[in-house]
Amino acid sequence: MVNENLVKDVVKEPYKYGFVTDIETEKIEKGLNEDIIKLISQKKEEPKFLLDFRLKAFKKWQKMKEPDWAALGYKKIDYQDIIYYSAPKQKEKISSLDEVDPKLLETFDKLGIPLTEQKKLTNVAVDAVFDSVSIATTFREELAEHGVIFCSISEAVKNHADLIEKYLGTVVPPSDNYFAALNSAVFSDGSFVYIPKGVACPMDLSSYFRINSGDSGQFERTLIIAEESSSVSYLEGCTAPMFDTNTLHAAVVELIALDDASIKYSTVQNWYAGDEEGIGGIFNFVTKRGKCLGKRSKISWSQVETGSAITWKYPSCLLLGEESVGEFYSVALTNNLQQADTGTKMIHIGPKTKSTIVSKGISAGNSKNSYRGLVKMGTKAKGSRNYSQCDSMLIGDQASANTFPYIKSQQPNSEIEHEASTCRISEDQLFYLQSRGIEFEEAVSMMVSGFCRDVFSQLPMEFAAEADKLLALKLEGSVG
Amino acid sequence: MQSKMKESDPILEIENLSASTDNLPILKGVSLTVYPGEIHAIMGRNGCGKSTLSKIIAGHPSYNITNGDIKFLGEKINSLEPEERSQSGIFLGFQYPIEIPGVSNLEFLRVSTNARRKFLNKEELDTFDFEELVKEKLEIVKMDHAFLSRSVNQGFSGGEKKRNEILQMALLEPKIAILDETDSGLDIDALRIVASGIKKISNEQTGVILITHYQRLLDEIKPNYVHVMSDGQIIKTGESDLALELEEKGYEWTDNFIKET
Repeated sequence: MVNENLVKDVVKEPYKYGFVTDIETEKIEKGLNEDIIKLISQKKEEPKFLLDFRLKAFKKWQKMKEPDWAALGYKKIDYQDIIYYSAPKQKEKISSLDEVDPKLLETFDKLGIPLTEQKKLTNVAVDAVFDSVSIATTFREELAEHGVIFCSISEAVKNHADLIEKYLGTVVPPSDNYFAALNSAVFSDGSFVYIPKGVACPMDLSSYFRINSGDSGQFERTLIIAEESSSVSYLEGCTAPMFDTNTLHAAVVELIALDDASIKYSTVQNWYAGDEEGIGGIFNFVTKRGKCLGKRSKISWSQVETGSAITWKYPSCLLLGEESVGEFYSVALTNNLQQADTGTKMIHIGPKTKSTIVSKGISAGNSKNSYRGLVKMGTKAKGSRNYSQCDSMLIGDQASANTFPYIKSQQPNSEIEHEASTCRISEDQLFYLQSRGIEFEEAVSMMVSGFCRDVFSQLPMEFAAEADKLLALKLEGSVG
Repeated sequence: MQSKMKESDPILEIENLSASTDNLPILKGVSLTVYPGEIHAIMGRNGCGKSTLSKIIAGHPSYNITNGDIKFLGEKINSLEPEERSQSGIFLGFQYPIEIPGVSNLEFLRVSTNARRKFLNKEELDTFDFEELVKEKLEIVKMDHAFLSRSVNQGFSGGEKKRNEILQMALLEPKIAILDETDSGLDIDALRIVASGIKKISNEQTGVILITHYQRLLDEIKPNYVHVMSDGQIIKTGESDLALELEEKGYEWTDNFIKET
């Protein structure tokens, strides 16, 4: 089990990432139209193919309807009332971290992501994204020695345009869904990772997304390419200040794994969730998808979703390569009036492909937590297998949990296995632990950690501790 | 012997205790004092309030104390949280130990033991030191190390659950142990293991309350006092031979006591 003392320390803390950095920002005017898109593209000095990509996506988006099939209820989003580009003002060209506004460095320091040479984390390379732009990426030179490219996607557009043009939108096409189309039209920054053939990335890579501005949306875009026989573990964290308005976050993440490559993508999502009455919080509409293009390639998603007022997110795998493997390990925790509709899609296309889904939903307060997942066996997916396990835990008697598994098989010679369960933390269980000297809050977090163990064991170590801590924090005062 | 015991201060004093759940009175004026080194047995029909009494001493939130006091080492504990009571040395052995899926027994025992140690200003044990301690205590209940890696009580047989309770008692070294029908559902071998465990853990400094229906546990652990409960009250108190008499005559015999009073 992960550090118990850590859990104890933070149980009493409120959302500690809720501060706002007072910094001069460059914002464009509210609203969305072709001119705005051209302006974003121009600000980022993008090549023509990318502007065309954006404009095409925008045209598609205009013809699309916002999806309403998820088990979510929220006030209609006014897309003309959002600022689509917001960046802290700083010098045109920054050659070293010394030139980054100290306020920004301080912000990331406060978030536990020190960026400066003296303080930076020793075993993880970090790309820090603040509103619409990437502030800094650490360990670039060290990674470059191994041929690993880790930079903001804006830089990649400038320096590795060929790779961007080749892969961008190939996993999540702009027409894929409403929010993916929106992102494709207006995406600002995000991370780019390229692992060359045969390279096992020497350290974990990590992106930290920080929303600072209350009236601008965040539309990041991440692209990870793992060439033949390469491997990488990538971590993603996110926080935002407490505003009483809702902020839209619509990201797209695309992963590509070639023959024998493996990508492990872990997220701890802790966007501001709104207050106890459900005022404020992030609307989190995210499209994440990985393509196991190569034989024996592997893509593994693990996520701990604790934040956001609304979560709409289905990290998925397209299993094309023979014997490719897709995994999805998820803990989604909702409290107060949070709503989450999350799950995965495992699309088995190639033969002998394998997928595993382990989903743990915890609903407390008046929240609503749904698992929605699709397992599809295509006509050529002979000898493929899926195993799904979806468990829900209810805390209190006002929360709700749903499971919506969709199974489609066009291949008789394949196996799909689905298990589901629902449980509730009972007063007797709590009393039992308490009567052994274990304090109430700790008793709850022990049981929740226990419930999530299968997922936490998949997370990188520091992340597992962080996740455990987060859950304890989120559950404060939710029982009894 | 007994007068010598009473030279020291009592561990537990229950004074005219009444309690209810959902406005339904369950205890109707129970008084009981336990001195160091004493073993008390409480017997009585199902529903007489024995289990409720044990839960109230441990601080179960479902019951309200409507009158009277519980004092532990001279301090009134009526409003203490269950965890505070446990940390300060009150142990309840559950009649039906609760299953906690996903939480490893080892980790549970360690956190629990450390909570008690912290209260006693003893150093908290890390995983390695705890392993040493627990190995030693496993001997007492003749449990296999494999029990530790399983989830708390999950999939345990009735006997295993009860032995796990005694293991917890051994680790927590309570001042007073209230054992609620620890003997029920045990075969004769398991009963012996549990009984010898209880004897090993209790000493001149500790008190034990055995709640039981059966004489067979009391054959193994001879109580100093036997109390008979009926309808939320202790209606008769005697020495260990009272249990034998009760075994012989049945609870119907005790109905006469109520008529007498």
